[in-house]
Amino acid sequence: MLSILFYLFATVAIFSAFYVTKARSPVNSALCLVTTFICFAVLYIMLDAPFMAAIQIMVYAGAIMVLIIFVIMLLNLGTAIKKRYTHALVWGGGVSVLMLFITNVFIRRGEMSGKVGDVTTQTIHNYGHTELIGKAMFTEFLLPFEIASILLLVAIVGAVILSKREV
Amino acid sequence: MTPEVLSLSNAPALWAAAMLVKIIVAFSVLMGIVAYATWVERKVIGRMQSRFGPTMTGYKGLLQPIADGIKLFFKEDIIPNEASKFAFVVAPMMILAPALIAMAVIPFGGDYQFTFGGVTYLVPMQITDLNIGVLFILAMAGLGVYGIVLAGLASNSKYSLLGGIRASAQMISYELAAGLSIVVIFMLSETLSLSGIVAAQQEVLWGITALPSWIHNWYIFSQPLAFGLFVIASMAEINRTPFDLPEAETELVSGFCTEYSSMKYALFFMAEYANMVTISAIAATLFLGGWDGPFFGWINFLIKVFGFMFFFIWVRATFPRLRYDQLMQMGWKVMIPLALGNIVVTAVAVLLWN
Repeated sequence: MLSILFYLFATVAIFSAFYVTKARSPVNSALCLVTTFICFAVLYIMLDAPFMAAIQIMVYAGAIMVLIIFVIMLLNLGTAIKKRYTHALVWGGGVSVLMLFITNVFIRRGEMSGKVGDVTTQTIHNYGHTELIGKAMFTEFLLPFEIASILLLVAIVGAVILSKREV
Repeated sequence: MTPEVLSLSNAPALWAAAMLVKIIVAFSVLMGIVAYATWVERKVIGRMQSRFGPTMTGYKGLLQPIADGIKLFFKEDIIPNEASKFAFVVAPMMILAPALIAMAVIPFGGDYQFTFGGVTYLVPMQITDLNIGVLFILAMAGLGVYGIVLAGLASNSKYSLLGGIRASAQMISYELAAGLSIVVIFMLSETLSLSGIVAAQQEVLWGITALPSWIHNWYIFSQPLAFGLFVIASMAEINRTPFDLPEAETELVSGFCTEYSSMKYALFFMAEYANMVTISAIAATLFLGGWDGPFFGWINFLIKVFGFMFFFIWVRATFPRLRYDQLMQMGWKVMIPLALGNIVVTAVAVLLWN
């Protein structure tokens, strides 16, 4: 049952990712990318990571893609249509087949050791995924978390300075 | 014998049947409220403006929603030649679906007990109790933007495009304010699951046992500011009247739904009312103790939802539309700083209290 669902959503994710590059209007490309993100969220849920799934939809599908569509609207690309065939498609296809090949080689390189880490499916069911992530983020990984937030703050200040008019 | 919670593992067939019944009941009640909210809105606003509202179809105009539905169903469905067809057709569905899905995590009553085959089962009156319930609702609210933005973009008309641009800017800003304002609820309840939040609100008010026991710890008492911010921000997020700039009739014809006709137009209207019901249900669950109250479980819940619906209609009859720059100023310079300040104050209070 779970594996049928996995193959279903994996297929949809791959096809919509393909259509992101193939669709001829930018709006349809953006829609396909949203579909891909939602499929990823479903795959996260299957991996017992519901918090990641919610964040995936909130941040990627709910915020970043809306901003991209906003830019498409402001530049009025809504009706722009790409040329049907370009050489880029061939190059892109070649590179992705190569990537698939390399990934396959790396995945099949070693044997599974059967070692289990601290966080198992059982701990997630007992404590909840959100609690575990929160605890890890604010104790063990506090420094990287703070560094990331300072980075974001710098980006915000930079954006304000760049777009601010002389008063 | 202690009752067990009905789940997929202990009684699969029974669980599936209960699930189906819950989904069908929740969906049809929601749709019924959506249909009759249009009638109530026209009646109430009519009364507030010294008019009668619909009177001709049926007793006191009670058949008006059905008549409207039939009329829209038989109208010609026009898709403009210049429109981007796929996005144009998908947009009305994308605006309605998130509103309906968000209802799946809202608890509308206490646990229901029944005995089957000698075993007593407990059925939670909630379609599914997600561990990340509130985040799920925020995620669905985030997806709600797409319907409006796509409708504006795909119609390929200037008015629709302006409506879509306004909608995306407005909804992103107010989504942030709504999300930040309910962070304090998680701080107090220490859970993200909506049934957990309802359970946390059934204790004695502020943990003071000297108070009469019928006053429960509803979060509106501890967090009135967050409640106000959440209600205002949600009204802006679902484009209800003081904030309905994306479809401002006086400037933009009908905004993002200018080019739509027939059932697609009806879907936009259904989505607006479904969003209203969902927001009312969320506000009732987070701040007013959900199904907690003097009557039987779901009756309390419906009373609270109807109260919020009436409030939204009342606001529509009372306030004029905001100007666009005022709207943005209110979102970024008033609501978000207030919500952030509220988070800091609550965090300090929680730290001191424990």
